[in-house]
Amino acid sequence: MIAAYLVLLIPSVGILVFVLTGHKTDTGKLNVRFNAICLLATTWLAINVLNQGTILSSGKAFLIDPFNVYLIVLTAFVGLTTSIFSAPYMAHEKELGKLTDKRLKLYYSMYQGFMLAMYLVLTTNNMGVMWVAMEGATLATVLLVSLYRTPESIEAAWKYFILCGVGIAQALFGTILLYYAAVQVGDVENSLLWSVLYENANKLNPEILEIAFVFMLIGYGTKIGLVPLHNWLPDAHSEGPTPMSAVLSGLLLNDALYAVVRNKMLVDGASHSNMAGLLMMGFGLLSFLVAAFFLHRQKDIKRLFSYSSIEHMGMMTFAFGIGSSLSTFAALLHMTVHSLTKSAIFVTVGHAAQVAGSQRIDNIRGLIKTQPRIGWGLLIGTIAIAGFPPFGVFTSEFLVLLATMHSYPWLTPLLLLGIGIAFAGLFRHIQPMVYGDKPESQMPVKANLWPVMIHLALVLWLGLAIPGFLANWFSQATILISGSTPL
Amino acid sequence: MNIGHQDFYTQAILSMAALVGLTSFLMLGQGRLLRLIFVFALQGFLLTLTTALTAYSLDNHHLYISAALTLALKVMFIPWMLRRQVLLMNMHRDIEALKNNTAVMMGGASLMVFSYYVLHPIVQTSSTIMLNALAVSLSVVLLGMLLMISHRQAVAHVVGFMSIENGLFFAAIVATNGMPMVVELGVAFDVLVAAVLFGIFFFHIRTSIDSLDVDRLNRLHEVDK
Repeated sequence: MIAAYLVLLIPSVGILVFVLTGHKTDTGKLNVRFNAICLLATTWLAINVLNQGTILSSGKAFLIDPFNVYLIVLTAFVGLTTSIFSAPYMAHEKELGKLTDKRLKLYYSMYQGFMLAMYLVLTTNNMGVMWVAMEGATLATVLLVSLYRTPESIEAAWKYFILCGVGIAQALFGTILLYYAAVQVGDVENSLLWSVLYENANKLNPEILEIAFVFMLIGYGTKIGLVPLHNWLPDAHSEGPTPMSAVLSGLLLNDALYAVVRNKMLVDGASHSNMAGLLMMGFGLLSFLVAAFFLHRQKDIKRLFSYSSIEHMGMMTFAFGIGSSLSTFAALLHMTVHSLTKSAIFVTVGHAAQVAGSQRIDNIRGLIKTQPRIGWGLLIGTIAIAGFPPFGVFTSEFLVLLATMHSYPWLTPLLLLGIGIAFAGLFRHIQPMVYGDKPESQMPVKANLWPVMIHLALVLWLGLAIPGFLANWFSQATILISGSTPL
Repeated sequence: MNIGHQDFYTQAILSMAALVGLTSFLMLGQGRLLRLIFVFALQGFLLTLTTALTAYSLDNHHLYISAALTLALKVMFIPWMLRRQVLLMNMHRDIEALKNNTAVMMGGASLMVFSYYVLHPIVQTSSTIMLNALAVSLSVVLLGMLLMISHRQAVAHVVGFMSIENGLFFAAIVATNGMPMVVELGVAFDVLVAAVLFGIFFFHIRTSIDSLDVDRLNRLHEVDK
């Protein structure tokens, strides 16, 4: 259990250190170190869970089970690799005169603040604290979206703040309703603890829980980026610094979905109608299809990939909504591979934008000729995210399709259509960016592409063979969520 | 349900619910920013009273802390900050011409009916008083959103945002006698940070578009034109 406390303690210390000494020049490296230590702590935590199974802290304040443990490690991992990328990236932005020391200090403090909020969402056993941490994540990132202080970035940050703030307020109303239902059956003191709620789920009033779930889905769904609540997402991703886009896409969206699924488990326990699942399927499919179409109309490379994030989050929400063991397994896998691939893509996109000096797709040309590693990185990343074999995204999307065929066969054509449209939307933009002649002005930049390679290698590995312990976690989490074993 | 037969506490809670709902409607139709902020502070004060009343009747000490927090945040700090911004921007004389004021008010009334409709299943498990309290809270939340939609000034948006928080807080107090302490402190902390961030944002928006009219934040589009 000490490991779990450490995971929360390290970023807290990080915030303090950066607030006090963030103006020093080697802050980027220090940020990498903090994240590296945190990854070690989460690995230790994971080993504990591997040996002992589910851990509940003594005060029941924290719960680590197979469902969240792999997300915790994933969070730490993406946090680390993004920080490795962010150190030279932010230094380059400073050289260009876009940032000052003071803002870099803000950036690094809030980076740690965001990581803390993410760990807290995942480790906490208290649904109320989960809400607080989720809102905390918005508050930590909102000033980072407007870090460049351009009129566009301020507009994006304002939109992000208002939409996510109002959205997540709905989730608090849902949480209050949940608490209200729980107080009626159990002791008041522990009524918001997820483990207690889960044990007593069949006693909770199904009607109140269903109303609560609607609010939760809208609230956390705003953060997942479900259509029609997605408006903030492309703006925030495109206007903020690129490392932020990587962690927003890779971590924040996942954690919001995690919160929804935790609530769905409670509603499923209380009510026998499949209302929660159907709602998630509807919203998920809508987001998936709408985002796939929007991919075609984008002119900004970061907006392009943020719509791709909406598309994939939609697919995961849909898969969790189906609720069969196969689809749940697929969704868990998809969460992992999407997070790894998308953060890798944003890292390459960040470098590509620095090479071209612009985020506009029209201005980015001939990347392979300018700087082959960035060009190939972007191309392979896009191939992976579009769902080509042998990458992991292919495996998980294939499983989702399979599960859909089992449960709702008539929805399969829609899914296939969406995948096809998204593929076309991505490649019509990517192809001219990576191939072709380079413009005169384009110059290679100092880029560290190790994070990208490691991420893509992992995604490849997950596509070829899922390691035993991970498959075991996925299976246990699947049993926890859907009630039956996969495959 | 005959209100005369209820105990004093229930009657008081019901009147508070009515008053909180009323303040939401007052804010909705208010075009002057300073008055809007004043009504918002009034709503915060009603919340403080409700919390203190609940704390007193249940003899629950942690609710006194919540009451104090509400008083400090929602009645003093946030209204003070917003008022300062308005005076700083010299907007206190402006009257925002609200478009379709009648339609907005009618919309507000229908949102209230809608809240009752949505929460009606709750009657099965508890009293109609609870339904009233929860429905009013939900309608305060929804009216807060309507306020944000119908007003153009960033200050009014913040008031709407915070009044949504008020609605949630009222629900938590009345339906469940407050949330667990750790959650309540966390929420209060989030509100405080949000308020500070809004202050920072006003400064940024002002320097970037030279106004606090959010309709002029219109550079980003879903698809490029």
